Amino acid sequence: MQENIKVMRLTTLTFACILIIACNHSTRDTPPWPASFHIGRPAIAAEIAAWDIDVRPDGKGLPAGAGNALSGKPIYMAKCAACHGTGAEAMNAKLPGPALMNDSAGTDYRKLKTIGNYWPYATTIFDYVRRTMPYNAPGTLTANEVYSITAYLLFTNRIINEQTVMDARSLPKVVMPAKRLFIPDDRTGGPEIR
Amino acid sequence: MNIKKISRRTLLGGAATAAVVLFKSSYGKMIQAAIPESALLTDDPTKIQGPPPGELGTRSPFEHPVKKASDISSRTPLQDLYGTITPSDLHYERHHGGVPAIDPHKYELLIHGMVDKPMVFTLADLKRFPSVSRICFLECSGNFRGSKETLSPQEICGLTSQSEWTGVMLSTLLREVGVQPKASWFLAEGSDAAVMTRSIPVKKGWDDAMIVYAQNGEAIRPEQGYPARLFLPGWEGNTSVKWLRRIELSDQPYMTREETSKYTYPVKDRIRQFSFEMDARSIITYPAFPQQVEKGWIEIRGIAWSGWGKIAKVEISTDNGKSWQLARLQEPVLDKAHTAFRYLWQWNGDTTAILSRATDETGYTQPSLQQLIAARGADMGGYHLNPVTAWVIQRDGKVLFRPEKWK
Repeated sequence: MQENIKVMRLTTLTFACILIIACNHSTRDTPPWPASFHIGRPAIAAEIAAWDIDVRPDGKGLPAGAGNALSGKPIYMAKCAACHGTGAEAMNAKLPGPALMNDSAGTDYRKLKTIGNYWPYATTIFDYVRRTMPYNAPGTLTANEVYSITAYLLFTNRIINEQTVMDARSLPKVVMPAKRLFIPDDRTGGPEIR
Repeated sequence: MNIKKISRRTLLGGAATAAVVLFKSSYGKMIQAAIPESALLTDDPTKIQGPPPGELGTRSPFEHPVKKASDISSRTPLQDLYGTITPSDLHYERHHGGVPAIDPHKYELLIHGMVDKPMVFTLADLKRFPSVSRICFLECSGNFRGSKETLSPQEICGLTSQSEWTGVMLSTLLREVGVQPKASWFLAEGSDAAVMTRSIPVKKGWDDAMIVYAQNGEAIRPEQGYPARLFLPGWEGNTSVKWLRRIELSDQPYMTREETSKYTYPVKDRIRQFSFEMDARSIITYPAFPQQVEKGWIEIRGIAWSGWGKIAKVEISTDNGKSWQLARLQEPVLDKAHTAFRYLWQWNGDTTAILSRATDETGYTQPSLQQLIAARGADMGGYHLNPVTAWVIQRDGKVLFRPEKWK
């Protein structure tokens, strides 16, 4: 008898829970959703291509073109150096933009975070420079110019040599010194301080 | 008496007019006119007609809450706010290429990549889909300053704000485009001069991500992403990409500049990346620098929040951390939302320090800075810092921040 009441109570409770969940469901008060609302239009290939400027670490998205540090240096000096400096002074001078070369900080990012000691992927340089640099005229560099600047920054950070040509095939193969340092977040919520 | 005192200060501050009102000219046109403060202030407001109803409300000329702006961000005046909603014009700002001007009639959101049907949605399209409103905080993960005594709550952690956000669930749009099973990340891209990008796990897109077009009952403000932005409840603000123009589904993250060289931080001998959720935190906003209090009853007030869920409790110490008592939480306590707390305290006039610490529903308790250093190392950097902060109350009633230095 006692057992039966318990079971009954449990059953009632379960039903009550189901009812509450059902009533709380946000679509309960409206008809079931259709498979598609047929709102919006299909994207056409040309408009996707116009906006799809991202570059992934595996090289997907890199355009045709090429450049090395020799071709990059004059472009860097003309379009980048005013904000980012040309090396050593970055340790001491207050520049409008972050320092990019680690000739005095070396591999120690604790002294100064630079491309050479903190950036885990070379493709990020290309992606970022192309989408938003130079600061006063964002998105105006040609693919060859971006490859050249990227090569110059890799050279001045002692990762490639002056002649090495950066293009869609070679850039993803550049191994950055900082890559081994990066780990995904391991916080999961819960009591532990991480 | 008091009114006159404020009035003089306002005038000295350079305010030429007290209010702007609209009235109908003799041609029937609505005209905006400035009313000088002297016209509004009389010894007896019951003896003069006030301005007629207008098209837009205004703040009282006696109230001057302002954001504190630097070159790259501006901070919400937490100490000047009541309750938990941040007025939209006081919402913090952090952007990477300025605030773009976007014509809402030309706005389009492109969703493509690993989807069955790449699609384009106009703003009007987004508004036709089933909508959702949700009250949530948004916090920048670089939200801690602690170097000196003379810091206000705004300066310590004013890069957090709260709004009621309205928009369409991202999952509703993902359903329309047909996300392919192998897609595990998506890239979110803004249409500012930084063309800002972040990679987001698709799971967040199905869980609770929104595309929001409204904030506190009106169109979202330009500084917050007009006409539409991504909104990821509980996650570091940078991931909620503003002025959203494109989402690309992918089977891997893109390793953009903002998720590699920025928004990452040293943890011991490694660098932690894709650190999304904002850990539980609280701050006492009254009493706080630069206020001065009097002996007697003081209602200690503040806000607590967690990116992992609801706030479970807030504890207050009025004896420099020796003992802790529960604060009252203002109902309703919402998921991933600023929660107001209060604690009534009788100050006896002795020098002391008052502290608050939040615990969220996952059982996580806001740590001290020392606990954070123990977990992450002394080189832990400036992101995702949520230490318990202390206000020192001096004998004269002056309130000072207790600096937190670790480098």
